[in-house]
This record gives sequence, C-alpha cells and structure tokens, in this order.
Amino acid sequence: MTEYVVLSSILFTIGAVGVLVRRNAIVVFMCVELMLNASNLALVAFAKQHGNLEGQVAAFFVMVVAAAEVVVGLAIIMTIFRSRRSASVDDASLLKF
Amino acid sequence: MFVLETGTEIPVVAPSGADGVLGLVWLVIALPLLGAAVLLLGGRLTDRWGHWLGTAMPVGSFVISLLMFVDLQGRDEEDRQVVKHLYDWIHVGGLRVDMDLLYDPLAALFLLLITGVGSLIHVYSIGYMEHDPRRRRFFGYLNLFVAAMLMLILSENYLGLFLGWEGVGLASYLLIGFWQHKHSAAQAAKKAFVINRVGDMGMVTAIFLAFTLFGSTSFTEISQRAGGASETAMTVLGILLLVGACGKSAQVPLQAWLLDAMEGPTPVSALIHAATMVTAGVYLIVRSNFVFDRAPDAQTAVVVVAVVSILWGAAIGCAKDDIKKALAGSTMSQIGYMMLGAGLGPAGYAFAIFHLLTHGFFKANMFLGAGSVMHGMDDDVDMRHYGLLQKAMPVTFLTFAMGYLAIIGFPGFSGFWSKDKIIEAAIADNWVVGVAAMLGAGVTGFYMTRLMLMTFFSQKRWRKGVHPHESPQVMTIPLIVLAALSVLGGGLLLGNWIIDWLTPVVGEEPEHDLPIPALAITLLVLLVVAAGVATAVALFQRQRVPEVAPTEVSFVTRAARAELYGNEINEGLVVGPGRRLVSGLLVFDRSGADGLFMGGGATVGALGDVLRKVQTGYVRSYALSVLIGVVLVAAAMLAVQL
Repeated sequence: MTEYVVLSSILFTIGAVGVLVRRNAIVVFMCVELMLNASNLALVAFAKQHGNLEGQVAAFFVMVVAAAEVVVGLAIIMTIFRSRRSASVDDASLLKF
Repeated sequence: MFVLETGTEIPVVAPSGADGVLGLVWLVIALPLLGAAVLLLGGRLTDRWGHWLGTAMPVGSFVISLLMFVDLQGRDEEDRQVVKHLYDWIHVGGLRVDMDLLYDPLAALFLLLITGVGSLIHVYSIGYMEHDPRRRRFFGYLNLFVAAMLMLILSENYLGLFLGWEGVGLASYLLIGFWQHKHSAAQAAKKAFVINRVGDMGMVTAIFLAFTLFGSTSFTEISQRAGGASETAMTVLGILLLVGACGKSAQVPLQAWLLDAMEGPTPVSALIHAATMVTAGVYLIVRSNFVFDRAPDAQTAVVVVAVVSILWGAAIGCAKDDIKKALAGSTMSQIGYMMLGAGLGPAGYAFAIFHLLTHGFFKANMFLGAGSVMHGMDDDVDMRHYGLLQKAMPVTFLTFAMGYLAIIGFPGFSGFWSKDKIIEAAIADNWVVGVAAMLGAGVTGFYMTRLMLMTFFSQKRWRKGVHPHESPQVMTIPLIVLAALSVLGGGLLLGNWIIDWLTPVVGEEPEHDLPIPALAITLLVLLVVAAGVATAVALFQRQRVPEVAPTEVSFVTRAARAELYGNEINEGLVVGPGRRLVSGLLVFDRSGADGLFMGGGATVGALGDVLRKVQTGYVRSYALSVLIGVVLVAAAMLAVQL
C-alpha cells in the first residue's frame, strides 16, 4: 500500500517540477497528464484499501476530464504554433501588464 | 379659553362653511391669476389688448370683494368667519394641509385694499407705461403679484400663506428688475430677493415649529390648541414670525432692500413697496395674534423693532434728494407705526390695520403723484431739479397735497386718526415708546414738508429742455380717487366701526388708563408735527434750495444720506464674514477634504502600479503561484487537523 502512495507522490512531483521548469508546451502538457495520473493512482490505491468504489469512480472522472483537456489544450498549442512558429510557453507571454 | 391679564379673551378662529356669494371667494384669486397666465403665456399675441385684460382682472376681483364685503357685513358678528375648502392639498402621514380660503373681517378689509388700490394702480399704469415696449409683460407681472398677495391674505393656513408670501416676493423681484437692462435695477432686484430669503428662513422655521407644536399649520387648529403650549415655545414662534415680517416689511435689521427697490417702475413702488406687499409683515403679526398674545416677550421684540424702524426710516426720509427714496424711507417709518400697533397686542391690532389702510391710500397716492411728477420731468427723480411745480401740474399738486396732509396727520385727514390712535395706545403701554413714536411724527412732518416744498414750491430749478406738464387723465383719475380716500379714510373710525369690525378676529380692545388725557396727547402730537413743519419751512422755503446737494454737512446728515450705514452694517456683519467663511471653507475643501480623497485614490493607484508587476504573462510563474497556494492550503488544513 505504501509503495503505491510513494510512487504516486514521486510521479506527481516529477509532473509538478516538469510543469515549472520545462518550456516546451507539449512537454508541459505531458507533465500535467503525469500529475493527473499520479492522483488517479492514489485514488485507486486508496479505493482498494478502503474496499469501496468511490475512488475508482473518481479516477474515471479524472480520465474523462483529462481527455477533454487534451482535446482543447492540443488545439490551442497547434494554433499558437501556427502563428508563432514556436511551442515555447515563454514566448506566449503577451497577456501581462 | 385663555384669558389675558387685562381680562380679555384671545379669540379663536372658528369658521363656518362658505355659501352664497361668499362661495365665490376663490374667484378673487383666480381672476388675476388667469390674467397673469394669459398675459405671460400668450406672448406677443396679447400685446395690443393685454393692458386692458390686465386691468379688468383686478377690477373684477374688486367687484367680487365688494359683494362679499356687503354680504359679510349683513351677517351676525359670530358668523363672520367663513372657510371655503377648495381641495385637499397635502395629505402625508400626520401632515394634512388643505387648500382652504379663510374669509373674515380682517381678510375682507385687505381684499378691498389690495383689489381697490391695485385696480387704480393698474389704470394708472396704462398711462405710465404707455411708451414701454414691454407693457404687456408688466401687466402680467402685476396680475401675478395681485394673485399672490390675495393668496397670502386668504389662506387659512401658514403654508398657503407662505405660498402667497413667496409669490409676492417673486413678483416683487421681477418688477424691481423690470428694467433689467439697467445694472442698478438688476442689482436692486437681486438684493431684495436675497434679503427677503433671510426673512423667509424665519418664516419657514416658524411653520416647522408650529407644526411640531400643534401638528397643524391651520389657523383654526393652532388658535384652538395654542392655550396648551408653553410661553417659551410661543415666544420662539413669535420671534421667528417677526423675523419673517421684518424681511417682507423692510423693518430693521432687514430694511436695506426697500430703498434700492425704488429702481422699479413707480406704479410698482406704489402698489408693492408702499400699499400692499410691505404690509404683509403687519398682517402676519395681526393674523397670528393667538401666538403673540401669549408671548409678551415676542411682543416687546416687535415694539423694539417698530420703534427703531420708525426713527430709522424717518432719518433716511430727511436726507434723500431722490423723491422716491425719500418716500421709501417714509414707508419704512410708517410701517414701523403699524408694527408698533401690532406689537401692543389687542390694544393696537385694530389701529395697526387702520393705519395700514389709510397708509395704503395716502402713500399709494403720493407714490403715483411722484410718478406723475417724474413723467412730466423726463424721469428725473432728483428733487433739487424740481421746484414750483404747483402751477405746471395742478392736479398732481392738489392730490399730492391731500396725501401730504394725511401723512403728517393734519386734523381731519385719515393719517391724523390712525397715527394718533397708535401713539395713544403706545403711551398707555410705555411712555418711552410713546415719546419715540411722537418724535417720529414730528420728523415725518419735517421730511414730508421738505419733500413738498422742494417739489411744488420754492424756486424753479428745472434742467434745460424740461417742460413739466400735467399727466393724462388715465393717470390723474386714480390720483383723484386716492386723494379722496386719503382725506376720507379716517371715516373708518366713525363710531369705532373698524374696532368693532375687527373684534371677532383680534379680540376686544382692553380699557387702558392714560397718564394724561387723550386730547392732551393729540394736541402734543400736533405741536410736535407743527414744529417739524415749521423747521422745514424755515430751511426750504425761506432759503434758496441749492441745486447740488451741499457736501459740507454734519455727520448726522452724512449718515442719513448713507441710509444710516445699513448697507455697510450688512456688509461688515454678514456679507464680509460670510465671504471669508466661504473662502475658508473652499481652502479646507480643496486641501482637506479633496486631499483626503485624492490622496486615498493616489495611494491605491500606486499600490496597483506595484502589484501589477505580478502579472508577468509567463505561464510557468502562474503555475508556481498556484503550487505555492496549494501547498499553503494543504499545510493550513493539516495544521488545523493536528
């Protein structure tokens, strides 16, 4: 049981650090997915431990949301790339003071 | 019912409903109001016949007033107060004010004076304003004035009275400034308006106080409930009403506007600033007798104001070379006599009204006479340019002489009866006041004789190119009628008629003990007046009148010429400090109040300038702040659970 939680924490940390340090939008996106899946793993693990389905149901919801998010997110990244010829998140920094 | 120390009862207003011809009372106001509406809204279309319509309206009101007067006289004494309910005016919560008209012996006399003298002055104006391109508008304003004045007199409550009160103030403003292309006229109108506002504050506060004390503004209800109020409350109410009266009636300390008001056309000076509007203050005090009878201190204040005004106005009258201003000083002084009568309580109310009526006749007569003189002298008002006009203007001279004899109190003329009675009542009350009033009568004799001699006698001092001529009949006929009234006005006292007539309104005249017999007082007054007249004859008939006012004069003359520094006192005590207060407030507003709010705004703006730097546009920095936020929230939740 502990192993699952530790693995979930490691995956989540990798994802979080990736979101913060990487510039490529695709990689940042992947790291976000990694964090989602880390939380899915934790949800399923706890569901197993408590012997009920609530955590597993929540994991399914997260998957559905993640899929929807990918559709929208990838479309945005595509559009930005078309106009700027770059997939760096730091280049798209016009929305500021 | 409340009983005075003297043993007389303070009457209450207990009117019955109006029927028959008295039901027409609303028409008295409606006619001139209609005239004003047609003339002022009709514009140029009414130019050709406007003055005829404008004259017909007050004449119509006069006829109705006369019919109502006859009807009222035929009734029993206790049946002579009549109320006509027109419509519900304001019904809000506890405040119920109705548009009611109260027709009683007091209102009846005023109605006859206003519509009668008013009609004569309208007729006179047809001639006087003939060459003025805006004559139609002039008649519109005059009609408006008459309607407002009648509203003032007829209203059954203080609020309706105030409606008329403000209406006459507006009409007075419009008419003083009728020749507004003259800077002085525009200024004078503004001055009259502003000083009257000071008085109006007293009036408004008095109405508020009356409503607080009695829950009503109606004369009927207040007079019936007045017995329950404390003397202090009544004194405050009385003093507030006196402030209002001082403003409208040009009594000290709110007198400064009246002399400037002479900038208006002369018929206006006659109607508004001599015969009717300026006497509204006296009416107010007599009408509020149920307040003043219960407030001896307020009555004392009225007497003090009156005595000061009598002497103040008389002093001004002695020094002015402008014929209208000399008459205006005299008006102020004569209204002082009326106020004195009103301040003496039931002993003087009837005489105050009596003097008000006779003054209305002879002063309107003299003002119109002065207008006739000016008409013949190319609108010159300086008496030093007149002289020996009695041959050139015989009718004006003779009618003016009747007014003159009436005002100085020549035996048999109207002013003799009315002024003598007030002085007698004053002496019975307090001999200092009586002597002051007697002195005022002497000075009146002096300044009126001076005016008379400088205008109609002494020597010709006419300017070049001036050819004095008699005025047309449309102007002289009103003069003749008013002159007749000035002579015969004293007839109202025959058999004590006016005293008995007014008893239901102002109460029984108490018996008073005179320190000396009444006949001796009359002779004494005549002696003082004769001394004044003789002095004037010695100064202005025996010697040549200089054509330019001498400048080497005593301090007293200089002070009187400067209207006893009334304007300077106002400037120093009110206007100057007021202006300094305002500029001080402006500085405080700009630096203090504005500084606080502008400073607050600037601080928030500066903070925003700093904080907006947080918005870098880098997604990763936002992600970091989200992460930090999550960590903090998680830590907080853990900390709470532990």
